[in-house]
Amino acid sequence: MDHRVYGVETEFGLTHRPETGRGLPPDELARYLFRPVVEFGRSSNIFIPNGSRLYLDVGSHPEYATAECDDLIDLIASDRAGERVMHDLAVEAEERIHRDGFTGQVYVLKNNVDSAGNSYGSHENYLIPRTTHFRRLSGILLPFLVTRQIISGAGRVVPAEDSREAHFAFSQRADHMWEGISSATTRSRPIINTRDEPHADAANHRRLHVIVGDSNMSTATSLLRYGSTDLVLRMIEAGVPIEDFELENPIAAIRAISHDITGRAGVRTRNGEQVTAVQIQRGIFQRVSRFISEHGAHHEHVDQILELWERALEAVESGDHSLIDQDIDWAIKKRLVEDVSNQRGLGMDHPRLEQIDMAYHDVNPDRGLFHLLVRRGRATDFVTDEQVTRAMTTPPPTRAAIRGEFLSTARVYGAECTVDWVHHKLTDRPLEAIMVKDPFAQHDERIESLLDRLGDRKNHLRERSLHERIQQGVTLALTDKYSLAPGTVVPEPPLI
Amino acid sequence: MSAQPQKQPYRHGDGDQPESADAAQVQGNPQATERAAELDSLLDEIDTVLEANAEEFVKGFVQKGGQ
Repeated sequence: MDHRVYGVETEFGLTHRPETGRGLPPDELARYLFRPVVEFGRSSNIFIPNGSRLYLDVGSHPEYATAECDDLIDLIASDRAGERVMHDLAVEAEERIHRDGFTGQVYVLKNNVDSAGNSYGSHENYLIPRTTHFRRLSGILLPFLVTRQIISGAGRVVPAEDSREAHFAFSQRADHMWEGISSATTRSRPIINTRDEPHADAANHRRLHVIVGDSNMSTATSLLRYGSTDLVLRMIEAGVPIEDFELENPIAAIRAISHDITGRAGVRTRNGEQVTAVQIQRGIFQRVSRFISEHGAHHEHVDQILELWERALEAVESGDHSLIDQDIDWAIKKRLVEDVSNQRGLGMDHPRLEQIDMAYHDVNPDRGLFHLLVRRGRATDFVTDEQVTRAMTTPPPTRAAIRGEFLSTARVYGAECTVDWVHHKLTDRPLEAIMVKDPFAQHDERIESLLDRLGDRKNHLRERSLHERIQQGVTLALTDKYSLAPGTVVPEPPLI
Repeated sequence: MSAQPQKQPYRHGDGDQPESADAAQVQGNPQATERAAELDSLLDEIDTVLEANAEEFVKGFVQKGGQ
């Protein structure tokens, strides 16, 4: 597909650090965090005016699912908007906690592991044609995903265990993957999840659900991660033959690769060959480059993605990580960890380095180390504050625009409604529930006429300025797009 | 397969040396001195934003299982 819909779901870690003693338990802290969400949408699982979804997941994890995006920069800005929402909620929660007589700071971390071995994810969704042969797809995609960590891993300070010393690894998630492909998530954690909920017309599309990725802080790394995956999918969809890299044991391979930062870990293919992650990635990269030179770029970021991809492979292969230590999360983090270790004389097993690993993922723009490194010029960031602010209020030009408009209009008229990725329903008009199955649709006449039943929108509704919205709520994402024009009398809903 | 890197590190300008703790300690090199000062200042800033007790912070960061 040259035009694809993407989405990413991010689960965040959450902790409270009082001045002394133990912090609030996770459930209670999550309730504090989500109080403004419940006040806005009367539930802790809601869609918001920018078309995204905000909810408390299993285990009291705050989670943000981006709206469906058809552009990678929109996707990355929307994901970053989720980080900012979490930060805003954390600031508010901290104030409430203090008012209730507690002390300390609230941390929201966009990482994937805690100190007790629990893992939580960053799940990517790619719309793919129903016609894609799934067995062929997984045969090519699995080795790509197993090795993708060397170009887009978030990096991790791994504490010492019985069998190995403390060391720096490519990936946060690699140790928490248990299967190549499966329909389960919580129990078996497959790299590719086959649960087939397309949120689209199932006759034409399916949704590829990838749960192996690390949560990225760097927008350049995010671009490479989603962009390279999209390119590989595009090639698979075009039926291009690709060298067979199917692995004998993908789960053993993903771990072996993660824990050898030299990139030299050998893994066995089903053909019995010993290969490295760089060899697999290079093989795929070269095929993709050739495909692009033959078929052309399908979006404006392709050159940037290929340049970064090649540079990352060169950095791993040569061991000169400075080639990418401003652009790729694991290398940015590794440089920082090494600097602290060298300057302060700390061994890799010192808890300070694990703390630095965690603090790298702190979403707080003042306190989080990734953001601090950007300010210091040690990490690049190409998504602007303005783009993120826009993503907090404005849906991307996909079906999310329909959902956002539906929600915003229903809210200003005080009409109860329910929406999900596909459905739109006014509670008072249950027989007129509307499904929008096309995720690319930005406009739907049926929705328009349903909203017209609420009132004369053109004369009743006034769009709030950004300035007004900033003053309106705890976080910009939980503010209303419209207010009623002065003198507007909202008609009573007619009886059904 | 050990292809030698052909190109200079991306972020460094012409003639610039890769930055490292060792390079930063070279005496009498103004660039190195400046880099060492920059690194000191970065690490000091990090000390001010991180909780002082690293071990407590790390041990205290425990989530329930997710997804």
